[in-house]
Amino acid sequence: MSGIAMPEPDPRILARRDQIVAGLREIVPGEGVIDTEDERRAFETDALTAYRRMPLAVVLPSTTEEVAAVLKYLNGQGVPIIPRGAGTSLAGGALPQEDAVVVGVSKMACVLDVNLADRTMRVQTGITNLGVSGAIAHEGFFYAPDPSSQLACTIAGNVAMNSGGAHCLKYGVTTNNLMGVTFVTMEGEIVEIGGDAMDAPGLDLLGLICGSEGQFGMVTEATLRILPMAEGARPILFGFPSSEAAGAATAAVIGAGIVPVAIEFMDKIAIDICEDFAHAGYPMDAGALLIVEVEGAPAEIDEQLARIGEVARANGATSARQATTAAEAAAIWKGRKSAFGAMGRISDYICMDGTIPTGRLPEILARITDICDAAGLKVANIFHAGDGNLHPLVLYDMNDPVSLAKAEHAGEEILLACVEVGGCLTGEHGVGIEKRELMTAQFTEAELFQQMRVKSAFDPNWLMNPAKVFPLELRAETRKAA
Amino acid sequence: MTDLISPIDEAGVEAAVHAAMSSKTPIAIRGGGSRAGLGRPIQAARTLTTEKLTGVTLLEPAELVASAKAGTSVAEFEAELAKAGQRLAFEPFDHRALYGSTAEPTVGGMVATNASGPRRVIAGAARDALIGVRLVTGRGETIRSGGRVMKNVTGYDLVKLACGSHGTLGVVTEATFKTLPIPESELSLVWEGLDDARGVEALCAAMGSPFETSGAAHLPATANAPARTVARLENFESQLRYRAGELEKLLKPYGAAARLDAGASHDLWGEIRDVAPLLGDAARQVWKISVAPSRAAALAARLGPLVAAHLYDWSGGLLWVAVEPTDDAGSSSLRPAVREARGHATLVRASDAVRAAVDVFEPEAPALARLSEAVTAAFDPAGVLNPGRMHVRH
Ligand SMILES: Cc1cc2nc3c(=O)[nH]c(=O)nc-3n(C[C@H](O)[C@H](O)[C@H](O)COP(=O)(O)OP(=O)(O)OC[C@H]3O[C@@H](n4cnc5c(N)ncnc54)[C@H](O)[C@@H]3O)c2cc1C
Repeated sequence: MSGIAMPEPDPRILARRDQIVAGLREIVPGEGVIDTEDERRAFETDALTAYRRMPLAVVLPSTTEEVAAVLKYLNGQGVPIIPRGAGTSLAGGALPQEDAVVVGVSKMACVLDVNLADRTMRVQTGITNLGVSGAIAHEGFFYAPDPSSQLACTIAGNVAMNSGGAHCLKYGVTTNNLMGVTFVTMEGEIVEIGGDAMDAPGLDLLGLICGSEGQFGMVTEATLRILPMAEGARPILFGFPSSEAAGAATAAVIGAGIVPVAIEFMDKIAIDICEDFAHAGYPMDAGALLIVEVEGAPAEIDEQLARIGEVARANGATSARQATTAAEAAAIWKGRKSAFGAMGRISDYICMDGTIPTGRLPEILARITDICDAAGLKVANIFHAGDGNLHPLVLYDMNDPVSLAKAEHAGEEILLACVEVGGCLTGEHGVGIEKRELMTAQFTEAELFQQMRVKSAFDPNWLMNPAKVFPLELRAETRKAA
Repeated sequence: MTDLISPIDEAGVEAAVHAAMSSKTPIAIRGGGSRAGLGRPIQAARTLTTEKLTGVTLLEPAELVASAKAGTSVAEFEAELAKAGQRLAFEPFDHRALYGSTAEPTVGGMVATNASGPRRVIAGAARDALIGVRLVTGRGETIRSGGRVMKNVTGYDLVKLACGSHGTLGVVTEATFKTLPIPESELSLVWEGLDDARGVEALCAAMGSPFETSGAAHLPATANAPARTVARLENFESQLRYRAGELEKLLKPYGAAARLDAGASHDLWGEIRDVAPLLGDAARQVWKISVAPSRAAALAARLGPLVAAHLYDWSGGLLWVAVEPTDDAGSSSLRPAVREARGHATLVRASDAVRAAVDVFEPEAPALARLSEAVTAAFDPAGVLNPGRMHVRH
């Protein structure tokens, strides 16, 4: 087991396990309460697989009312709660603890309403991200935030993490496409926040809840902004001799007043691995590539790609290849969207998620190389270049604790470098347990205490996903600070 | 006459808040004062203005980001952005026309009121463009949230919370925005003579098309002009022609459209942003109602006798209503109708006396009100910043 500590389980809660399970069974019938060790094992980790903790029990309610009763009960019993969607968090956001009950929304996955005139959709939050777009695709509409994990991850997780995706450069992240939620408080109250009317007056609790990493209460339904699909979309691949040149081209495209739907970056190692997996025709002789996607009617696309091509060539692009068929376009994206999976086939990795001001790209890439070289580790860089959201994948060997420790340490150094150049620790994956102890590098104590006071406003007993986001040491002090 | 405090830096703001805390005397927070008529009137012996905290502090067009101190005038900020080919995509709402004010709107006031204009319908609100803030909380502490990068989920999103909080959580001292390039050109299509329901329907059809309508308003008929339904397109010149043609085809069932060129389009959208068609009689009280477009026209019809003038923006999602002046601004009949349409209403123009007597903002359900109060108390435990500006505190 590795570096990041979790609080010691409370023996008084462990001792009451049977009684707590019985209490849950009174609220949620039958298979909705999971307590055998075998079945609980499926919930002991998320996508930060180096960390595992067997939860006390797992509850999968079928209605918002059940969720409310469960929260009220557990809050009354003083038992920690770990909300869970699909468990794809890369930050350990859904990691359980031994004295906590996992409350999952996987049985609440229905589309409740679609209104094309209003461009809104109401869903239960256990629905997958792709399930949302899938339900409206035949109408020519889609839901914009598109995390690479969209096949599996849920709207619940997306809202909790304020998830992003490749197409967020144009369409924004979850918070920009979320209009309302049904929110269950720790007291078991069901509160409607926002809805299908824009910009509810009053404090923007919707904006606050989005990205609160499941630390305030549970979100069981959501009203989403849906958008009409563009007439068409086409990616173009540019090869560059170096990462620096690709970085400069990104800034130049945006500086020229063109904001594509997506600008994605891969370095040499990432290109090799993804090409091997997806056979997308990536330029194998390039030091880095950019995938730039634009939308519109065919003639509009031609015109935009011509402008972008000019800028790219002026910045040293050595090759350019447009997708000429839908299959080619899909292959280009398949390489990118399956990058993490492809990487996972050849090595264990930890995926970092810092964001930097894009102007500092060359400098940061050089530092990432130095940091990983010094640790004797390989690193592949894949990221959302348009918005500076980096995903260095630091490769290590899961069976070698020394290698994991080195990778975690290198990852930390990379994130600290991101903060140092004016960026942040996490652009879309969240803090979870992974970046918890680094928060003091980005925030002052006053800033952290202010955030912790906000958590206390929702969850005075600190039972909701309590061991995440804030350095463990600070938690003891908040009680004093609150 | 209230005392005016005008700090020249953040430390001065902190000192003022500390003084307010220790003497338990609330302070009113003001930017340029152009939005003084917004929100519930409050009693405060002292007023803190941010007008001396000025300057554009960051402008990086290639990164689509810009920052300004709170007291910077919106006009200056936008002018600096324009020089770099950038703009604030949410088209800041300007309250001056509504209040007949000559004061200068500031960046801080724009943030505190989440002041978004017509383009909000496609580009998001001020809160969506805001990516970083510095604020001095009601505890007298300066905190930052967000930053200068577009994608950032590090810690809670206090940026959104600060936006639209009307100075009740903290004094915003500096704000950072995502900006967007100014498109090459714009034009508008105008359909005449549609009734409200058909007008809103046409706008929804435009918004549901792939042509990226960046303004969608319906101006009902007046005594001397027919109704106008207006859709704006902004883009490269060459794309505009194509898109306008396609949109006309799509909306053929609503009749033939007239085209407004860039200049005329720009002027008309300026008037729509300022809700100029509603401003005829300065005594009239004005409501801003958010409601799903599909329920907007029915709501307006239901409010019928109350309505002196009205217009729809945001594809019908924003209904502006002017009423003849009364002691409660028509609140007793308007609020239940809005609630039934699952919308919410803000009384944006009425005398201090009326705004003190009726809810200015949509009353919150009890559980929601409790959460809002707990969050407010987390920032301003002593209740010294703009207390009661949004809701009466318990
Ligand atoms: C291969 C891969 C690629 C990825 N690509 C991206 C990407 O491109 N962009 C991106 O942003 N992320 C990405 N992620 C990260 C992850 O998919 C997102 O964070 C996602 O939103 C998590 O959703 P989930 O349903 O799996 O949530 P979980 O992992 O189950 O939970 C995530 C967090 O949400 C909380 N939560 C869950 N349900 C609720 C609820 N009902 N109420 C309140 N809180 C709740 C949990 O407690 C936890 O803190 C990727 C992950 C993987 C494995």
